[in-house]
Amino acid sequence: MSTDGWELVIGLEVHVELDTRTKLFSASPNRFGDEPNTNIDPVTLGLPGALPVLNRHAVELAMRIGLALNCDIRPSSFHRKNYFYPDMPKAYQISQYDEPLNVDGWLALPDGTRIGIERAHLEEDTGKSTHVGGSGGRLHGSDYSLIDFNRAGVPLVEIVSRPDLRTSEQSRQYVTELRGILLAVGASDAKMEQGSMRVDANVSVRRPGDPLGTRCEIKNLNSVRSVGRAIEYEAARQITMVEAGDTVRQETRHWDEGDGTTHTLRTKEDADDYRYFLEPDLVLLAPEDEWIDRLRSELPALPAERRAALSEVTGKATDSEAVIVVTERGQDSYVLAVGEAGGDPARALIHVKEAFAAFGDEPAVPAQDLAALTRMESAGALTPTQAKAVLAEMVAHSGGDPEKIAADKGFEAMDTLALETLVDHVIKDNQASWETYCAGQDKAIGALIGAAMKASRGQADGKAVTAVLRTRRSTA
Amino acid sequence: MSGPASDIAMGVRDGSRSAVTVLEDYLARIDAREPRIHAFNVVLADEARHRAADIDALVANGADPGPLAGVPVALKDNMCTRGVPTTCSSKILEGWRPPYDATVVRRLSEAGAVVVGKTNLDEFAMGSSTENSAFGPTRNPHDPTRVPGGSSGGSAAAVAAGFVAVSLGSDTGGSIRQPAALCGVVGVKPSYGAVSRYGLVAFASSLDQIGPFANTVADAALVLQVIAGHDPADSTSIPQPAADLSDVLTEGVEGVRVGRIVDLPSGADPDVDERLEAALETLQTAGAKIVDVEVPAFTYGLTAYYLIAPAEASSNLARYDGVRYGLRVDATETNAMYAATRAEGFGDEVKRRIMLGTYALSAGYYDAYYGKALKVRRLIADDFERAYQHADVLLTPTSPTVAFPIGERTDNPFAMYLCDTYTIPTNLAGHPAVSVPFGTGAGRLPVGVQVLAPMLAEPMMFRVAAELERAVTS
Repeated sequence: MSTDGWELVIGLEVHVELDTRTKLFSASPNRFGDEPNTNIDPVTLGLPGALPVLNRHAVELAMRIGLALNCDIRPSSFHRKNYFYPDMPKAYQISQYDEPLNVDGWLALPDGTRIGIERAHLEEDTGKSTHVGGSGGRLHGSDYSLIDFNRAGVPLVEIVSRPDLRTSEQSRQYVTELRGILLAVGASDAKMEQGSMRVDANVSVRRPGDPLGTRCEIKNLNSVRSVGRAIEYEAARQITMVEAGDTVRQETRHWDEGDGTTHTLRTKEDADDYRYFLEPDLVLLAPEDEWIDRLRSELPALPAERRAALSEVTGKATDSEAVIVVTERGQDSYVLAVGEAGGDPARALIHVKEAFAAFGDEPAVPAQDLAALTRMESAGALTPTQAKAVLAEMVAHSGGDPEKIAADKGFEAMDTLALETLVDHVIKDNQASWETYCAGQDKAIGALIGAAMKASRGQADGKAVTAVLRTRRSTA
Repeated sequence: MSGPASDIAMGVRDGSRSAVTVLEDYLARIDAREPRIHAFNVVLADEARHRAADIDALVANGADPGPLAGVPVALKDNMCTRGVPTTCSSKILEGWRPPYDATVVRRLSEAGAVVVGKTNLDEFAMGSSTENSAFGPTRNPHDPTRVPGGSSGGSAAAVAAGFVAVSLGSDTGGSIRQPAALCGVVGVKPSYGAVSRYGLVAFASSLDQIGPFANTVADAALVLQVIAGHDPADSTSIPQPAADLSDVLTEGVEGVRVGRIVDLPSGADPDVDERLEAALETLQTAGAKIVDVEVPAFTYGLTAYYLIAPAEASSNLARYDGVRYGLRVDATETNAMYAATRAEGFGDEVKRRIMLGTYALSAGYYDAYYGKALKVRRLIADDFERAYQHADVLLTPTSPTVAFPIGERTDNPFAMYLCDTYTIPTNLAGHPAVSVPFGTGAGRLPVGVQVLAPMLAEPMMFRVAAELERAVTS
């Protein structure tokens, strides 16, 4: 099966749990991993007579998300979404419906493509059911069910994209970028594996230029990887159906990480009538301009802006892997600090990307130490292999003077004459490879370089060896 | 009788009366007549005795228990009381004990009141006769063959029978005022948001409001001042302190503009209409100016109400699903358990309104029913606003009839709904209103006159109510 000649149309709905101290409508702690049914109160349990009171901090975090996604913040309201489910204590979810807090924004992918944000609204989470016995953790057919209400009432923001995504790769980038933004504004810890960031994908296919096809909503996407896999599987499924002359049914489908397929959860016909109406226990939410302006002015630098800054000082593209990865890890400011300490930012970027994968946003190696190392490299005082060894030593000791480490290790760069002598020896000792290389078989240079590295015990610079070999061939 | 609540509190506070002695008076009357009247779902005699003794001890130690010191009160059984069953007169909540007190309960308690019991109501406050109770009807103390009105019939009857000095009810479409009228006591529906709803089991959240029953206007004002005022636990609570009502009662009505609604829906019995005319005359004699006003949308109140209230109720009552508390009827799977529990736990009137409200909110019907009802609600508020440009208060009958015989309307829901014709528009507008006893009608049964006032105009409303009371008692 091929997607050739087909266009994917993807929209993502992302639920994020806000990093508040207490729940959206009550004073119970909002905390993951506690003993079940300990973070509860009359409001959380939907006890008769209990009333919701909106958490101001949750509103503030939702507004930060909206501002970071270039949304308009509007006067908004809460509605009741009515349906029965055992882990929904009131039998309705309080959510924003036709008047969401944030509307009409966009998110830029690393290559600059803008993905529209339709809305980002506040709502409460449900409790968590565990179905025991029967067939595979589903309510239907289980022996009994347990409910943990700790999660009930946890504040969520649902971020709904426009159907602007066209590939699974773009969808992965969107989720990754969104996660970076959520972390940057401090709205959520956005852990997909813990469920504090949950992604549903609306997927349809069409011939380019045709009207939109029928979409299916895919649930249970628990990692960035599964977002990509599920979209690819689902698109292929739909294309196969349409090419076979079948029609796609609008339905909600469940992604099975195990067998890598989606299957029907419920069809449109089974959909509940939620009987939305204005929540009479709450008043309108209309943040005043001063509040919005203050949050806007306090907004931290977002990943796109930080990537641009990193790209500018390192000369690497904004969507290059090193820039993206290092910014995602929050180590971009460290790279900039190395530059400010007189180091080479481009070399620092690569070191940070490769050597500091396991470290937090503030590596323990002082920026000036890494700056000194990159200066030695630029001056040709260390080969890349030597530089890596020195850096490993610095990492192990949370810093150190690279010149001293290099001296202790007996590292000194070979001068040009010594290198040329070495190369000439290598040519003499490896005549077969040399002749093959001279005959135009470029691949043969690998054996010669390897031999030079071996002869120098790693002190030779591979690039310099290559250069000498090329010169020798052109003058041979 | 033991005199007004204000006298009891004054006596207990200055040590001239004992809260225990006062309570025993009331308990004696409960012993004598409660079996016939059935005002209470539960009488908390032991708890009340302990509480009264504590109040007396406080006074003996020089402390002031508060403005309701030693006053015996009853609570409608839809207000949460910590550790004490709160049933809403429904089988579905039988045995449930809330882990918390409603804000009003806490405030009464902090003011020194003694809770004597929890009173009967129409199930989940849906009804106008207190016959829709899973625990049997309450009877009217003035004639036990007749209803006390509803839904707060137990609280009205408890005050009328002298079982307590004052009580609390809740009013969604007239559930305080109509039983007050039928039982011959004062009943107040405060402005929406004046009294916290936290801990009041919801019927229709945008209409529900807690208020007092009392034998006198002054007692009603005293209780209202204790329970009113901002509560951060209720987002719809008005963020300002309770209105001061202590001085307005003696101000008289000189120059007050009292509106007579000329296009009021007809249907009141002649004896009731006669009392309204007498009330208008009384106020005129006392110096008020009677003005004719029109409130055209008043007549649509009933139909709008019977879409809005059931719609909200269908959502509010969805939580009684057998999962977490109250009744559960087991079945083999979850949806069947919901259905069996709700079929067994709810009475007919509650089921009728849940179905009506679910329908009114359904896809394809929302605009025609619930949506249109909201527009009517706005029209009613607009019409009232225009009328209040010409009048300070409006006067209407509270109930179209005096207390009717038990069983007379139980098979005719619509006839029952008509009981609230005159009370419902106030709830839709969010305004305050009070029913004041004003003589008797057919069969020497009590008739109430209703004083309506604009939002937060309780002081003016109480001024007029006090004047009507003076005319009756002098």
